[in-house]
Amino acid sequence: MDAFEYAAPQNLQDAVALLAEASGEARPLAGGTDLIAQMKENRRSPSLVVDVKKIPELNVLSYAAGLRIGAAVSCTQIAGFAPVRVHYPALAEACALIGSYQIQNRAALGGNFCNAAPSADAVPPAIAYGAMLVIAGPNGQREMPAEDFFVGPGQTVLEKGEVLVEIGLPPPPPHSGAAYLRFIPREEMDIAVAGVGAFVRLSPDAHTCEQARIVLAAVAPTPVRAKEAEAFLTGRALDETTLAQAGELASQAASPISDVRGSAAYRLELVKVLTRRTLGTALERARGEAA
Amino acid sequence: MAEYNVIGTSLAKVDAPERVTGKATYGADLDLPGMLWAKLVRSPHAHARIKQIDTSRAKALPGVKAVITAHDLPSLPKGATAPLVGEVSIDMSAIREIVMASDKARYHGQVVAAVAATDPFIAEEAAGLVDVDYEPLPVVEDVLQAMQPDAPLVHEDLHTLEEATQEKSDQPSNIATHMVYARGDVEAGFAAADAVVEKTYTTQMVHQGYLEPQACAARVEPNGRVTLWTSAQGHFTIRTQLVTLLGLPASQLKVVPMEIGGGFGGKALALFEPTAIVLAQKTSRPVKLVVSREEVLRATGPGAPAVITVKAGATQAGKITALTTTMRYDAGAFPGSPVARGLLVGLAPYKLDNMLAEGFDVLTNKPRVQAYRAPGGTPAAFAVEALMDALAAEIDVDPLAFRQKNAAEEGDTLPLGMPLNRIGLTQMLKQIETHPCWTSPLEGPQRGRGLALGYWIGGSFTSSAEVKINPDATASIFVGTVDLTGTRTTISQMVADELQLDPQDITITVGDTDSAPFADLSGGSRITYTMSAAAHQASQDVLTQLKERAAEKLKVSIAEVEYQAKRFWAKNDTRNEVSLAELARESVAWGSGPIIGKGSTTRMQPAHAYAAHVADVEVDPDTGKVTILRYTCFQDVGKAINPTQVEGQIQGGAVQGIGWALNEEYIFDNGELKNASLLDYRCPVALDLPMIETVLTEVPASEGPYGLRGVGEVPIVPPGAALANAIYRATGARLYELPMNPERIFWATRGNGANGSHETNGSGGA
Ligand SMILES: Cc1cc2nc3c(=O)[nH]c(=O)nc-3n(C[C@H](O)[C@H](O)[C@H](O)COP(=O)(O)OP(=O)(O)OC[C@H]3O[C@@H](n4cnc5c(N)ncnc54)[C@H](O)[C@@H]3O)c2cc1C
Repeated sequence: MDAFEYAAPQNLQDAVALLAEASGEARPLAGGTDLIAQMKENRRSPSLVVDVKKIPELNVLSYAAGLRIGAAVSCTQIAGFAPVRVHYPALAEACALIGSYQIQNRAALGGNFCNAAPSADAVPPAIAYGAMLVIAGPNGQREMPAEDFFVGPGQTVLEKGEVLVEIGLPPPPPHSGAAYLRFIPREEMDIAVAGVGAFVRLSPDAHTCEQARIVLAAVAPTPVRAKEAEAFLTGRALDETTLAQAGELASQAASPISDVRGSAAYRLELVKVLTRRTLGTALERARGEAA
Repeated sequence: MAEYNVIGTSLAKVDAPERVTGKATYGADLDLPGMLWAKLVRSPHAHARIKQIDTSRAKALPGVKAVITAHDLPSLPKGATAPLVGEVSIDMSAIREIVMASDKARYHGQVVAAVAATDPFIAEEAAGLVDVDYEPLPVVEDVLQAMQPDAPLVHEDLHTLEEATQEKSDQPSNIATHMVYARGDVEAGFAAADAVVEKTYTTQMVHQGYLEPQACAARVEPNGRVTLWTSAQGHFTIRTQLVTLLGLPASQLKVVPMEIGGGFGGKALALFEPTAIVLAQKTSRPVKLVVSREEVLRATGPGAPAVITVKAGATQAGKITALTTTMRYDAGAFPGSPVARGLLVGLAPYKLDNMLAEGFDVLTNKPRVQAYRAPGGTPAAFAVEALMDALAAEIDVDPLAFRQKNAAEEGDTLPLGMPLNRIGLTQMLKQIETHPCWTSPLEGPQRGRGLALGYWIGGSFTSSAEVKINPDATASIFVGTVDLTGTRTTISQMVADELQLDPQDITITVGDTDSAPFADLSGGSRITYTMSAAAHQASQDVLTQLKERAAEKLKVSIAEVEYQAKRFWAKNDTRNEVSLAELARESVAWGSGPIIGKGSTTRMQPAHAYAAHVADVEVDPDTGKVTILRYTCFQDVGKAINPTQVEGQIQGGAVQGIGWALNEEYIFDNGELKNASLLDYRCPVALDLPMIETVLTEVPASEGPYGLRGVGEVPIVPPGAALANAIYRATGARLYELPMNPERIFWATRGNGANGSHETNGSGGA
């Protein structure tokens, strides 16, 4: 690990200014569960580290017209926030399976986004719920849909000096439900071999699917929507057969690699299974059958 | 003495307070005034000639005090050896190459140079400035490939040793040793069989998974002697190796044992200590060397993988008629895989009249393997026990009944030649018959139950103890054996009972090489076993000395002195008595002298340990993931000195075996380890495991004062096959390759897995 400067600004403007004016590489620091490990392994060597945990805007956690989560709020706080558990169970689930209790106490949702691992667990459910991101930079603030945030492994649209401020989720519509499932060979402390987040909104009679979002993790350079599968489900009655068909279609949206965590062929099979199972839980939730 | 007060009870660990409060000092806790930090430079090639090493840029970095290469280590005659334990000796010229490669790097991560600097960050930076000119050579990674005549040679000058004749092959080869053990007539045996099954099984390189990375520190004292602090399994063993390696007389070297955070066989060799000492000598400052987790995984010496073919035949009635096996163990880059132990362990549970067992010690461009808990046993038992399950199924005999029909007994001769003294295998198998883990129905789809046996020979070798009486009528024990498993506690329990003292009245110290009585290293399930004899002897010595003094005071002969509950009295006059307190007080008074008892043992018979594991699993048919529903370990422990610690050993061993079975594996790419982190090298975590139930059988060992057997190794032996056999019953698919990770099971259950022939599809994690 190389020597670096450390700053902990109290407000957003100072953080942006520090990051924008830094001469070498500058990195925001939230929980540090990704960044510090990467620095120790010399995979990143920033000359300036800017702790963003003292900035008020990044510590917001509220539910009124939708959910607002500051980018520095920890997974433990999110998973323990009652409105999240009630209205966004898929996000609560994902936050509660990242690493371990110790990791969740440190890890921020913003960190999970900005680290931009294709396997990030909290991202697919957030996208499935229709998340919007608020970004601040030297030229002011901008907003964008969460799914447009990722460019490739470890890469986002953030420009020099830009900071992710907030993740916003719209209020869940009636007759909707979502879920997230990942596959790991162990029960915890592992990185997804594949993950699937799904959201469905049903007709008031709960018979047909009016809208679906399916987001895949760890099977492409970025989290990806399985749009063909979504289109297939829209307007259809959901049953074992259609869910399985959606799984087949979802696997076509995946472009996995083979690595030490699994072969590409296996990952495609997992996408099918996880899509079917995740949709099943989302459906139960939309029908009010499951928590 | 048959009744014990302390032996057989689950006394809390005597060193628990230091351990749980973080006060115990491990190697990495050392902080010496003026200390420098060492960092090792490692080869980025799995096989490369070292053409030149230029240390000038590293030396020029401010804060760097020394940079060394293999040229700075004392030279060593080829073939120089040092004793390890018993008849086993270590090739120190190989150790020297592992410490620092001279002409060739033979595995990725092999050390080629080392630096010492004023802080760890400078040391790391300097390590990156050592310029090494390599000429990469073709890499041989796979055991079967390495055995081919045209394979790249790991050592150009190595010739195969034929063990029986002690002759060497004409052509150089990657096969270091070939051994054959034969008995009876296997052809006739197979001809008499009603069913014959033959399969080939493969296991991967795995790591011991000790929590603490290796750490040591060295200092040259003003008088020129060297003090070395290290977290190793035996400080006397380390000293013996250093004497050969560095040419230092034993008396010039004091090795201080630090608390050790696990070893499991992986911390028996002096692989880091020589570097710390040479750097300390060069700089005249203390030098500390701590390796990282990544280095631990990459290059400190994992457990050996193997490719094992087993063929066995049986009659319709379930009697084994013949068995042949070929075990090919991968030693990594230097000879010394545990193949002989593999042959021993795999076959030891059975009566085999007709048998042919062949072993190969094979070299590859991978890190030199080290011992790992029951070294060699886990791959061998995976192969043999999975095959026995298939054979029993073939003739439609219940797997437990099949084992019972063929189980080894006292008086049999083990396949490798040793006669069996008293063993408890039959009694243990009888216990399974009626145990709910075996008799309860296992309902539900995708569920199955598996059984497998295990064996470990149980080490002996030298152990010594001193026991002295303190002026307050308590006792202090002094030993030279590192406490890996709770031996401070068990030794204290034995001495407490022998001297009829409360455990609180006993203290125990592990001393350094200058002060403690000599002992071989801690490993091989040998410490509690051999220490029972040494501590017993030392306690008896103390009692004899006390009785002599009591006899003098009571004016009777020693034979007439009785002792109980801290009082000595004359047999014929119970009022004629003297207390232990009085004798103890007087022992420090002028004219009386201290009471010091000594005990030592060096050649006890083996106390053979047998185990059987029963596993219930459920397999997710869509993903291939295994959930262990229930896991029960049966084991003949001889006598449980401390049942909780015995159960802890069994549970820990079983968990490591489960890791080996389900997810742990080294994944290489052209000799480079691709998963050198605990994230991707997947040891089981707590949530992956059910409660590991234990059932203790106590058939006393033939030797030793309490009949105990070493318990630590054998529980790692059965899990591979116990789980493979359970997975077969759950899914109908037999797996021939460890680890049985979800992906391997997924493909195997789709008819797309390895089939026990030599081609394995290697789909897992490819
Ligand atoms: C043992 C272990 C287990 C893990 N298990 C999982 C798991 O199961 N699932 C999973 O998804 N992840 C896992 N992770 C990865 C990690 O914990 C998560 O990605 C976590 O959410 C990262 O959050 P953080 O706050 O720690 O991020 P940090 O490490 O602080 O930052 C991550 C990256 O984002 C940047 N960054 C942080 N905040 C901002 C901001 N506001 N604006 C711009 N850039 C920013 C940083 O510069 C850095 O590049 C694990 C990590 C460890 C060490």
